[in-house]
Order: sequence, then C-alpha cells, then structure tokens
Amino acid sequence: MSDDFEPLIVTFCCNWCSYAGADLAGTSRVQYPPNIRIIRVMCSGMVHPNLVIDALMKGADGVLICGCHPGDCHYLEGNLTAEKRAEAIRLMLEDLGIETERFRLEWVSASEGQRFGKVVKDMVEQIKTLGPSPYRTQRMTQ
Amino acid sequence: MQDQSDIIRQYYEEVPIQDDYLIKVPELVMMDDEAPDLGSAAKIVAEMAVRKWKATVEGDVLIVGAGITGMQAALDIAEKGYRVVLVEKSSTIGGNMVKLDKTFPTNDCSICTAAPKMVEVSRHPNIKLLTYSEVTRLDGEKGDFTAHVYRKSKYVDPTKCTGCDDCTAVCPVEVVNPFDEKLSRRKAIYIEFPQAVPIIYTIDYEHCVGCGACERACEPQAISFLEKSEDIEVKAGSVIVASGFELFEPLEMRKEYGYGKYPNVITAMQFERLLSSFGPTEGKPRRPSDGKKPKSIAWIQCVGSRSKQLGFPYCSRVCCMYATKEASIIKEAEPDLDITIFYMDIRAYGKDFQQYYEKAMGLGVNYVRARPSSVYQNEDKSITVKYMDTHSRKVGEKTVDLLVLSTAIIPSKENKRLAQKLGLEADDCGFFRSESVLSNPIQSSRSGVYLAGCNQGPKDIPDCVSMGCGAAAKAVVPIKDRKKVRPAEPPAEKDVAGKEPRIGVFVCHCGKNIASYVDVDAVTKYAQALPNVVYTAHEMFVCSEDIQKRIKEKIRDEDLNRVVVAACSPRTHGPLFQDTLVQGGLNKYLFEMANIRNHCSWVHSHEPAKATEKAKDLVRMAVVKAGMLEPLAERTVGVIPRALIIGGGISGMEAAIALSEMGIDSHLVEREKELGGNLRRLHSLFPADVSATDVIAPLIERVRGDPRIAVLTGSELVHVEGFIGNFKGKLKTPDGEKEVEFATAIIATGFREIDLAGRYGYGQSPKIVTQMELEKMLMDGTTPRFKSVVMINCAGAMDEQRPYCCRIGCGVAIKNAKILLQINPKAEISLLYRDIRVFGKEEEEYYADVIEKGVKIIRYLKEAETEVVVGGDGTVRVKVKDSIYSDTHELPADLVVLTAETEGNVATDKIKQMFKVPAGLGNFFSEAHAKIRPLDFSADGVYICGSAHYPKNLADTIAQAQGAASRAAIPIMQGIVKSEGIISVIDPERCSGCGLCVEVCPYTAIELDERKVAVVNETLCKGCGACAAACPSGSARQKGYRDNQILAMIRSAIV
Repeated sequence: MSDDFEPLIVTFCCNWCSYAGADLAGTSRVQYPPNIRIIRVMCSGMVHPNLVIDALMKGADGVLICGCHPGDCHYLEGNLTAEKRAEAIRLMLEDLGIETERFRLEWVSASEGQRFGKVVKDMVEQIKTLGPSPYRTQRMTQ
Repeated sequence: MQDQSDIIRQYYEEVPIQDDYLIKVPELVMMDDEAPDLGSAAKIVAEMAVRKWKATVEGDVLIVGAGITGMQAALDIAEKGYRVVLVEKSSTIGGNMVKLDKTFPTNDCSICTAAPKMVEVSRHPNIKLLTYSEVTRLDGEKGDFTAHVYRKSKYVDPTKCTGCDDCTAVCPVEVVNPFDEKLSRRKAIYIEFPQAVPIIYTIDYEHCVGCGACERACEPQAISFLEKSEDIEVKAGSVIVASGFELFEPLEMRKEYGYGKYPNVITAMQFERLLSSFGPTEGKPRRPSDGKKPKSIAWIQCVGSRSKQLGFPYCSRVCCMYATKEASIIKEAEPDLDITIFYMDIRAYGKDFQQYYEKAMGLGVNYVRARPSSVYQNEDKSITVKYMDTHSRKVGEKTVDLLVLSTAIIPSKENKRLAQKLGLEADDCGFFRSESVLSNPIQSSRSGVYLAGCNQGPKDIPDCVSMGCGAAAKAVVPIKDRKKVRPAEPPAEKDVAGKEPRIGVFVCHCGKNIASYVDVDAVTKYAQALPNVVYTAHEMFVCSEDIQKRIKEKIRDEDLNRVVVAACSPRTHGPLFQDTLVQGGLNKYLFEMANIRNHCSWVHSHEPAKATEKAKDLVRMAVVKAGMLEPLAERTVGVIPRALIIGGGISGMEAAIALSEMGIDSHLVEREKELGGNLRRLHSLFPADVSATDVIAPLIERVRGDPRIAVLTGSELVHVEGFIGNFKGKLKTPDGEKEVEFATAIIATGFREIDLAGRYGYGQSPKIVTQMELEKMLMDGTTPRFKSVVMINCAGAMDEQRPYCCRIGCGVAIKNAKILLQINPKAEISLLYRDIRVFGKEEEEYYADVIEKGVKIIRYLKEAETEVVVGGDGTVRVKVKDSIYSDTHELPADLVVLTAETEGNVATDKIKQMFKVPAGLGNFFSEAHAKIRPLDFSADGVYICGSAHYPKNLADTIAQAQGAASRAAIPIMQGIVKSEGIISVIDPERCSGCGLCVEVCPYTAIELDERKVAVVNETLCKGCGACAAACPSGSARQKGYRDNQILAMIRSAIV
C-alpha cells in the first residue's frame, strides 16, 4: 500500500438535494479531493443494491450514495428506502469479504455545499486508510 | 457566487433581451436620406443617433416594478398565455430581495431562490422587460390603458454587450455603490450585481466623464454614447403596481443612534450586504472604521418603526426576524461573537418564526428587552449603547464593535409622485391606498389598477409573492377574452430508432471558470477518440446564443443523434440545451451533460492536472451513457376546465370568486351546512372594527348567486384519484354520493382553536371562555357589563408541545378588550401577554390606541406563571407572575378569556392522505417553499391558502386566496398538462406479480392488473425509480436511468 494510493469512489447523488449540494460546493469553491465520480440519479431510493455491489466488484475503492435528509425527499420517502437498503448492502458486502466502510449513505441537502465537500473528504481519507479494494488488482490487470 | 452570474449571463446570451415581437414596427424616421457610409462601429453609432424611435409596445398587462412581487405576478400572467410588459426603474430586475444574504426562517440563500425566477422572467416569451424605465403617465381606463414609459439610455447596446466586465476595469470614475448600501464603490459604467438580469452594463450618465475609455476597451463595440433615451407607449388592459419599498434612513436619528456620525453604526440592510458572499466583504462582516473583524455586535430594533415622533407609527413586520436571522447566521459562523439584540417585543408571528427565534437564543444570541435611549462612540471607535432593561428595570451600558440598526420599511419616496402619475391615492405615510385594507387589499383606488407587495404596507416575502399571484388573478379579468399567446410548435423529431449513435460533444470553457483549471483542449481531443463520437468542439460559452445555433446546425450537418455538453450543471442548464435539441429536431432526452465546472474545475482548482483527468473521466461516462439513451415521450393530456375548492370559509369563497371572474368554474365544498367558516362565528375583525357579518354576508350571497360556482354544503370529499389536470373525486353530500372531476384543487380548510380542557381552569367555570366563545357572546348581543376581565394570551401556545405562535391571537385579544371597554367603560381589563405581536400597518396604531384607553397589560413568561383559581363560591381569580415588575398579581375576574392556540382543521389528516400533501407542526399544511412558493404544494395541481396554511388576518387571507386562484387557474387556462418523460416501465414478460413495486410506489402509480402483472400509470408516475430498485425480477425500469445505462457509467468510471 503506497502513500500515493488514490482511491476511486463511485458516487450516486440524487437530483434534487445532493446533486444540487454538490453544485453548490462548486459555486462556493469548496475544495475536495478529486477522487469521486458522480452519477446523477433521480432519487437515492432508486440505487439498486446490485449497482453498489457491481461497482465494488469491478474495482471501485468505495461507493457513496447521497440523498436528501429524512423528510426532504422529493419523492416523499425514497431516502428512507435507501436507508433500509443500505443495511442489506452492508450484509452483502460482509459476505463478499469487502469492508463495509467502503460503502456509505449520507444526507446532503441542496444548501449543504460545505457538507458535501466534508463528506467526500472524510470518505476519501477513510478509504485511503483502508487501502485499495481487494478487487482493485483485478481492475488493474484487466 | 460567480456561477450565478454566469448562469444568468449565459441565459442572457441565449435570449439577449425579449424579442421585439411585442413591439410594432417602430416608426423609423431617418433624418437624412441615407445613413452615412462609415466604418461598422461608427455606423451603428450614427444610425442610433439619427433614428428617432417611437415604439409602441402592445401588451395585455402592464406591471410596474420587477421585484419578487412584480416578477411573480408577471410569471403568473404570462403562464396563462397573456402578454406582460414589465417596467423596472433600475437597470436590473430582482428588487430588494436580491440584496439579502439569506431568508428567514429557513436560511435559504436569497439570490439562489430569486435568480431562477429572474431568469425565468427574462426568458419567458410572453414577458417584455423594460429596465431602466419609468412610467410617466397612465391614460385610459380598465380594459384599455395607455402608459407612457420613459426608457433611459444605458448607452450600451443591449444586443452587443456580453457582460464581460472589461469596461469597468478601465473606467476611471468611482462612485458610491447604492446596491451595496454605500459600503462599496463602483465605476461609472456598471452592473448592479454579478447576477443582474439583463446582464447589460449601464453608464451612469450623471457621473460619466465621457473619456471614452470603456468604448475603446469594449471588444464587441457595445458602447454607444449617442444612444438616445426614448419614450415608449405601452398598451395594456390592466395594470399591476408592485413598486416596492425603501428602508428608513436613520439620519434623523443621528443624535440618538449616531448613524451617519459614527462609522461603526450601520443599518441592517448594510449588514446584509456584509454577510452576502457577493457583498463588499465577501460574506465576512468587517467594521467600516478599520476593516477589522468585530468581536461584538448589537442590533437595535424598531428604528423608524413604532414611533410617531421618529419615523413611522406602524410595525415593519419583518425586522425582528431579519435581525434574528442576521444575528444567528453570524453567531453560527463565529460562536465566540458577543451578540445582543435590543428589542421591544419579538414579533415572531409567522410559521416557524417562534422556533427560529428560540433557536437563535439557543445559539447564544442575547435578547435584551429595551429601547436604547442613546449611543456614543469610544476612542477605539467602538459604540456604547445606553439602555434600560425593561425586565430587570436596570439601566445598563453595552459596548460593541459594530452596531446595527433594524430600520423600518417605508414607502418609496417616489410613491407619492408615482401615485399622481398613475392616478392613485396614497395615504399619509405615502403608501398606496387599497380600496379596503381589510377586505379588498389588491384593488387600488383606480379601476383596473391593482396593488401588490410592499407598496401599501410592509410585508414578508411570501406575503408579497401571494399578493403578486393575487394581483395576477385580478389583472387577468379585464383581458380574459383576449387571444392567448401559445408557444410555437417545435420541428418534427428525427427518428433515431435502430440507428448507430452519432454523438456530438461540446466542451465549454465557461470563460475562465473551466478553462483556467481544466485543459479544455485536451479534454476535447480525448472526447474525439471515444467510441461513437463523430463531432467535438470547445467553445468559450457553449450556452451562448451563437453556439446554440451551431449545435442545431451540427445536429443537421453531422447527422448527430445524441448530444453531450461538458460544462456546468444539468440542473441549471440542462433545460436550455434540451430546448436547443428540440429546436434542432432531436428528442430532448437524447442529451447528457458532464458537469466539469461545479463538480470539477471549481472544486479542484488547486489541482489542475487532476482536474483535467477527472474531466476526461466525466466526459467519457457521459458519452457512454449518451450512446445508450433513447427518445422518451412526454404525453400531453387535456385538462378538465374546472377547479375544486375545499372549504367554504372566506378563503375558499374568495378563491371561487377570483376563479369565476377569470371565467373558470369551480366546485366549492363545505363541511358545514352553511358557508362562511370561522368568520361566521366572529363578531368583528381586527384591526378595523368591521363586523364580520358585513364582510361575509355579501360574499355568501355573491357565491350563491354565481353560476360558475357550484356550492356543495354539508359535504365532504372522501376520495381522490388522478393527477393534475384530471382529478376525480367522490363527495359525500346530503343527497348521497356525488362524483366530481377537476383539474386543480385549492385547500382552504382553515383552522380551529385547540382544546384547552383541563388547563387554565377551562371547563371548570362558565366564567372561563375562549376568544371564539367570547366572539359568539358578542355576536348574540348577550354580553353582560363585565367589571373585571382577564385575558390570557398564548393559552396552550409556545410550549414544548406547541412551540409556535398563532399569529392572530394578540390582535383578536386587543380588539375584544376594546369592545368590552366600549360595553363598560369602567371595566378593569387586564391582558396577560408574552410579546405583543401586532405587526404590519394599522395594527400597531390600533394597539396603541387600546392601551391608551386603559387596558392594563401584564407580561408573563410561561404557562406555569399563571394560575386560574376557581373558588368554591364560584368566584374566579387569576394569579400571574409579572415578568417586568417581578411581583405576583392576583386579579379577580368575572370573565377570563383564553386566547387559545390554533391548529389545522379537522379535515387535515384526511386531505393529507387523499392528495399526498404534507402538513407540519400544528397540522398546518406545508407549502412547497416557505418564501417563494407559499401557495403551491410540491405535488402538482394542489394549492393552499388561508388559515389552512397558517392562521392569518383577513387581508393576508384574501390576498392568498386570490393568489391560490391564480395558481390553480394556470393549468386550466393553458388547457393542457405534460406528463414526465422520465417514468417507469414494467416488462410484462418478466413481471412475476409479486407486488413489491405497488407497495414502494409513493404515488400509487402502479397497479396489478387482472393477469397479476404490474402496470404503470404514466401520468401518475413521477419517475423516482423506487420500483426499479425494488423489483426482484428486474422487470421494472426507469426510463433514462435504466440499470444497464447506470452500470455502463459505473464501469466507465472505473478504469
């Protein structure tokens, strides 16, 4: 595990809160590490566990899902569904021998640009201490 | 904040100024036979000089003032299909709201909520903007007005100015900047603020020295010193005046508070500018004397308000909350700051205001109840405030680094002159006079001219927005039969079925915003090599007008069938590019954006090499997804031309009348046997001493006699299905079940008093009643001559269970105290209160008058400090701990009146479920946005007004009801609604019929059919994708976000 390990974190942001929060982080010029790749989804509740597992199995070092705070969901309760699902995802990760810390579900509202930056920074740091994903070698050799 | 300006600049470039289609061919008078044949720049200048424009703008409604009120009114009318001419005297639209940093009580960024409205106004094809213009005369009458508008020259050609800011860099003249409340300086050529709309620079003719530096610096040659100001004739059927307010400039209080004398005494609006990220200190407040960070700040409330001697007699309605907001924002950012607010009463009367105030106290904002007598400056330029704390009765001094004065909202100084020009009446203060402050707040003193916003009294933003909508409803009436302007049909869509993707990638520099940190050229070259990409380009501003044209050309010439734009956010710019695709003949869902600005260049500006690599990744991911995109259809459905109104109180009736006046039918459903709601049970109304019956009776008659209003009393809505445009409802009526169909619904179910049983001795003695019960007594004329009356305000309110203020209780109590005094002038009336929250015009004056008449007021702090004792002999006494004199009173009472807390009405829970709309604390319905969408729900086609939203006085209720009618009329007047394109689809072959999707769907858009196969109702589906994520067989999919599309993006991200 070298010091220059740069993790790759696939990030799902819901269109209504978190994607807007990430936009605001930009507007406010919040600086965070460039290790995330954001995929815009309509709701955090539409991220199928398979998508998370697939990303990690294909060699992503982490997956971050960002949704609206409870009560703010544009689709009423999609984020709560995501929360329930997160538990299942963690169980699946355990079975697969992937550290559950590689997956995170966070609430970021449209006005939380600073928070978005902090969430990303925290997660990047955490993954850096965890080291590359066990599936990363596979990705490198592909 | 830079990006907001860019957004607007870019939007602006897309649509320079409103097309001149509204302008009849101008009378072009050439003074010479031909224009002189000069070089291009000189030629334009010369042409400008010889042209004598005399333009006539043909509109349906003229709106004076483009602050938040005027903008909302304009949008509401334009959306209905009528043409609006919006005249604004400053060079940008937006008004006072855009100067604010954040808005209470949600701390939303003010410009971020206002800017989208500004852009929407500037882009709306039915709105013609005339900025830097003033109305000089209004001739004609309702239905046929001619306004004379004087448009001052900006000396900058609006069709050429790109908003690049090169001119200000070279301009040698510096002037005090009024936009920053004189805290900064600007050049003689300027824009008001970076996000201004339209983003056209203006030469301040008064200060310009004519050196020509800007002209030489201006690459697009937009400066034209010879451009003339012009007179424009505007034709309109009705007029809305939304001319706004000014803030009291406390120069007259120099002696007391040192404003204008001591540098570190500033106004609250100046403090807003200091807090604003695009203000003079970029959001980090500094004290003016030395630019140092203040360690202590104090606010003095009611500067210019609530004082006949110094300023104005009324309460300005918003200062308590804006001071609380400013104090808590700065305290939250810098917890060590010493913050004090000197107040008289904290008027936290609105929805969530009380909680906001308590939160501020929790943060450590120190509230001192005092009206300071004077201040002085110390050697280190700090300010010492001298005051007497009216709680401890102690005289104190407080020294702070910065003193902020919460100044009053006052009528614009020009109001009186404007009143003359428009033929309106103004009151003594200079506010416009409504036909009736109480019952017809929107109608001005001239027929066909309507008022909205703060020009007839101070108001909070949502009240302004509601009133703007209300004025829109009224202004449409005289022109409702005119031809509507419909959007043009787009060209036919290219058939892309079965064709190989041919992707065009457009990479944006966004000026320097992207290009300074990301190697745009390298990204473009990279994109060129990606599969399916057949065309690439990088442009300075992809969103500019000429590039939109180019995208359309390339779709045609390169036969593109997918477009990727690598630029900013799809949330702000997606719709613009999608419009371009549609104009170019491509389905708008064949478009994908890579956000290389907000998510890349701006957040990785310290690491340009990594930012460039990330930008390549983002473009690759977008290209991969674009290759898999498919055209989606938005279904257009017809609309049932009718509205449903639930609740036949004042709000429901006013809404029904407003709809009827616009030519729209409605069902008015009332649970009780009679129309009238709570007003039917009230004796009189605060603050005008008008009999409630006098207000309600003519309305009931009007509603009953209106053929467009189907009144259903004794009836209840029991079931609703459908969606905006096509709702179906079941009613339980006295004549059995009845089905109704409607396009939109207005919820006007009102409020009720909470049950106080067991508290304050309520129920133990007939001498203890609520205000509602007293009203009934007064109405019946059975009120005895009470000798001693104790009123207890906030009964059951502002405690842990119900932490909110009921907004109306103080006014009701004061009015009833006055009436009881009229019945028995010798009566001893004590009013126990926590804060007297009579806000806005007229109310403060009314209150002062009642106090003078001899009502004794006693301030207490919480329920536990009052006790209502019912003696064995039936006597009643009230014990109360006086928080000001710290002694305990024992008051004998032959009547105790409890001003009970309020809550949403009985029907709330049922309606919540039926329409899937939320309600918050106290079971009052929750609007879509506390500030700028006060009448809408997040759910389409359902609107709220009146006390169902929150208790409010009559004028605010009526303005809201008329506003809700305007909102509810929009889909009906448009005649169609469009369904979402991004919706779910279920593959019947793979569906196992487990029903999981039916369970998770929040919109009941999925049903199992007779074959046990799940079917999606396309108009109900909102495209959240919950079903797709829940489906175990993989048969449910979300269009535009199919699993394979997202998987492809994931895999493309991981390289």
